[in-house]
Amino acid sequence: MSDNDQAHIQEHIKVYLTVFGALAVLTVVTVLASYLDVSSTEAIFLALAIATVKASLVAGYFMHLITERQTIIYILCLTFFFFLVCMFLPLITHTDHTAL
Amino acid sequence: MQIPYTIEERPETGLNNSKLGIWVFLASEVMLFGGLFSAYVFLRLAAPEGDFAYWGSKLNVPLATLNTLVLISSSVTVIMSWASLKLKDFEKYKLYMGLTLLCATIFLVIKYFEYTSKFHHGYYPSSSNFMAIYFTLTGLHGLHIIGGMIVMTYFWLPAGNKLWHTDPEHFTNRIEIAGLYWHFVDLVWIFLFPILYLL
Repeated sequence: MSDNDQAHIQEHIKVYLTVFGALAVLTVVTVLASYLDVSSTEAIFLALAIATVKASLVAGYFMHLITERQTIIYILCLTFFFFLVCMFLPLITHTDHTAL
Repeated sequence: MQIPYTIEERPETGLNNSKLGIWVFLASEVMLFGGLFSAYVFLRLAAPEGDFAYWGSKLNVPLATLNTLVLISSSVTVIMSWASLKLKDFEKYKLYMGLTLLCATIFLVIKYFEYTSKFHHGYYPSSSNFMAIYFTLTGLHGLHIIGGMIVMTYFWLPAGNKLWHTDPEHFTNRIEIAGLYWHFVDLVWIFLFPILYLL
């Protein structure tokens, strides 16, 4: 392994540790945010927003998605679309139930 | 028989087969958990006002917060084990992989205490819709933890890591793939924690 490769991995390790710190802080922030005196809709939005940031950090840096091949990005975009469909199904049944 | 494209990239995809394989598998996992998250939304929307919050208050937030931190730590140690192999430091790999397994064990032990505490208080999956989806989601997640531990234990023990001595690049790829799975398990928990314990 060349010195260049070694330095490259060492740089990666620094990023991993920084992301770890950010994830730990955001975990504490998630818990503290749950004690805020806000409406349940705002609480859900806040908690999911923080969870999405944390998930993006894990996927982007630990799973290397920010530098990954387009093939994988396409697969994940397609997966995300069907995931959204899955999430909207209960909402459709809810509006049907409440005759909106 | 030599399995093709385990290290070198396949020209059609620009990826080695194991990398493509694990991402397609993880895509199917997104849909597996997606279906259950969808069930959670469905049950929550149909529940009486405050019902989910009431049952959610029965859960132990400090223990779940600790478990979140343990799982995040294991994500770092598993990627450090891969980085150690990239740096050709096999001893550090074993150390970090061992720490990952330790974190996974701690997670399961904490989960065991959480479950037994619920049973002790008479809360079962049959107690309410919330408890049903709570046990289903965390139970399935726990099974994923156990699955990851089996694979990582194999790669930690001499029977699994002997490949390092004959084909280090292939072994490093295997750890990367196992790591991707482990990060996904962490990622699922990142969403399970707020929706079950905090909302």
